[in-house]
Amino acid sequence: MSNVANRIPDFESERRLAEIRSKASQSGPLTAKGIVPVGAPFPQANPQNGYYGVPLLKEPQWKPEIPLYFFVGGAAGAAAVVASTANWISRDRELVRSARWLAAAGGPISAALLTKDLGVPSRFLNMLRVFKAQSPMSVGAWTLSAFSSFAAASAFANLMQDKFPGVPISFLENTSGLLAAATGTVMSSYTGVLIGATVIPVWNNHVGTLPMHFAASGMNSAVSILELMGHDNSRALNLLGLAASAYETTEGVVIETEQSRVNKPLKQGASGWTVRIGGLLSGPLPLALRLVYSVTGNKKIRRAAAISSIAGSLLTRFGWLSAGRASARDASLPLQANELDDVRPAIRS
Amino acid sequence: MSTTGFLTDSTLCIGCKACEVACKEWNQIAEDGFEWSGNSYDNTQALGHSTWRHVKFVENTPEIGIGGNSGEQLPAWSFSSDVCKHCENAGCLEACPTGAIVRMEFGAVYVQPDVCNGCSYCVVSCPFGVVQRNEEDGRAFKCTFCSDRQRAGLKPACAQACPTESIKFGQLDELRVEAQGRLKELEARGVNDAVVYDAKDTSVGGIHAFFLLRGDPRTYNLPPQPEVPTTYLKKGWTSAAIAAGSMLALTLLSFLGERR
Repeated sequence: MSNVANRIPDFESERRLAEIRSKASQSGPLTAKGIVPVGAPFPQANPQNGYYGVPLLKEPQWKPEIPLYFFVGGAAGAAAVVASTANWISRDRELVRSARWLAAAGGPISAALLTKDLGVPSRFLNMLRVFKAQSPMSVGAWTLSAFSSFAAASAFANLMQDKFPGVPISFLENTSGLLAAATGTVMSSYTGVLIGATVIPVWNNHVGTLPMHFAASGMNSAVSILELMGHDNSRALNLLGLAASAYETTEGVVIETEQSRVNKPLKQGASGWTVRIGGLLSGPLPLALRLVYSVTGNKKIRRAAAISSIAGSLLTRFGWLSAGRASARDASLPLQANELDDVRPAIRS
Repeated sequence: MSTTGFLTDSTLCIGCKACEVACKEWNQIAEDGFEWSGNSYDNTQALGHSTWRHVKFVENTPEIGIGGNSGEQLPAWSFSSDVCKHCENAGCLEACPTGAIVRMEFGAVYVQPDVCNGCSYCVVSCPFGVVQRNEEDGRAFKCTFCSDRQRAGLKPACAQACPTESIKFGQLDELRVEAQGRLKELEARGVNDAVVYDAKDTSVGGIHAFFLLRGDPRTYNLPPQPEVPTTYLKKGWTSAAIAAGSMLALTLLSFLGERR
């Protein structure tokens, strides 16, 4: 049966074939550009946008725990500085105690946040098998360990002294407090070096100002937390808050006026607005509120300044992190290092 | 042992992706998703934690006549197999806080998986965007330069599998000489847009896996001026020192001011 020619011809398609042939024989060779496929024109690789616009750099893979840690560690570090200075100069024992506890609480919270980002808790210990001065992450891990110990020791000594007035442990409080303050300044500022000394364009472009920015932000939040803890009579804290928010205001002006493509993520998109709102809440707003408080003495206004500063400080860290991610996604940035001159150092022909 | 290297000669690459497959097979790397990118015949897109060799498909305007095409639709392809550069001054190695990233005896930059703690600081320290954290596993991974094979006296899997010897493996200094010879050879044949990409005059200080390719290296996502982030440290720590000093001074002034 299989030999029998019993298929029915497709008359319609053969008629169409004959039609095309007769048309072609009349008009000569066709010069059509071919079929344009779905999705055309396709992306092209070129020197300006690189390989089809696929980002050259990898995005930061830190989870939200890290900017949160920047905030907590920064505030705790600054609190240790406040504690030791108040202990030395001021007679406000309650303020010293609150600041010591704020610093001491920041240590374990910071460690917990960092450990959570790593996934497996015991992995944090790997940080402590070497010390590398050239790695800000290593310097930071050791600083956090030292800071936590000193801050806890000074808070403990502070507690013992008040509970058992006869026990002479003020030496322990003073020494460990001083060491906590010293490492605390690093806690507040090193995170700026940490993100500044990377390949992410928007971060390394600000490596010279980020540590100061983050330190001011840390001081701003430490002062504000202490005020909300009930120390809203301290003139020193208000002065410190004024200084920190004044610095944050100038930093905000600098960021807003910088004219560079690299800084786009600080001004545009979600990251830009986070940075901008964070800047407003930690700079001009608390600055104005604190000035009003200085004149009127209205504590509600002072508390509003404190809340604004804390929110602003938190948003600032999240803003910078998301600006870093946006910067890494901009494929053209690392390709235009020297757009203006023809000498490309990496190329030796 | 002396320093070994890769010379990836893109003018010989046929885009077969045998290197990608051989790498995955030897190193037992997981698949990296089945997604259509729409970027030529390349759905892998970039190096990452699960891609240690990656063949780039760069489509060029065709030279009419060469290859017999009409110049109407069909693009001309340039292929190039990308890999970790194993930098002389490696950003990832400097940044690693655990000492997990080390320099091997033959010059490779190697991430020790049993030491890596997944901080992902190396990810933002690589000027070539190579190393990446595996979000499932939590640790960072990249090309090992087949350190295990090299120690056994074998070529890395990608070089072994390459059917056209586009991936050349050997002594780094000899490969550098070979690359210059190949440039001259190509020039004699009329190919005068070939360049060697080696990042020698930047802070990276040369790469152990370097490339010979046609056209602008930026088209292949090779940065014109890769920098090791340690170059920013001095500026950063200076700023941190000023910050620390200002914090202490201003706190002191505030409390003194309060007393007055």
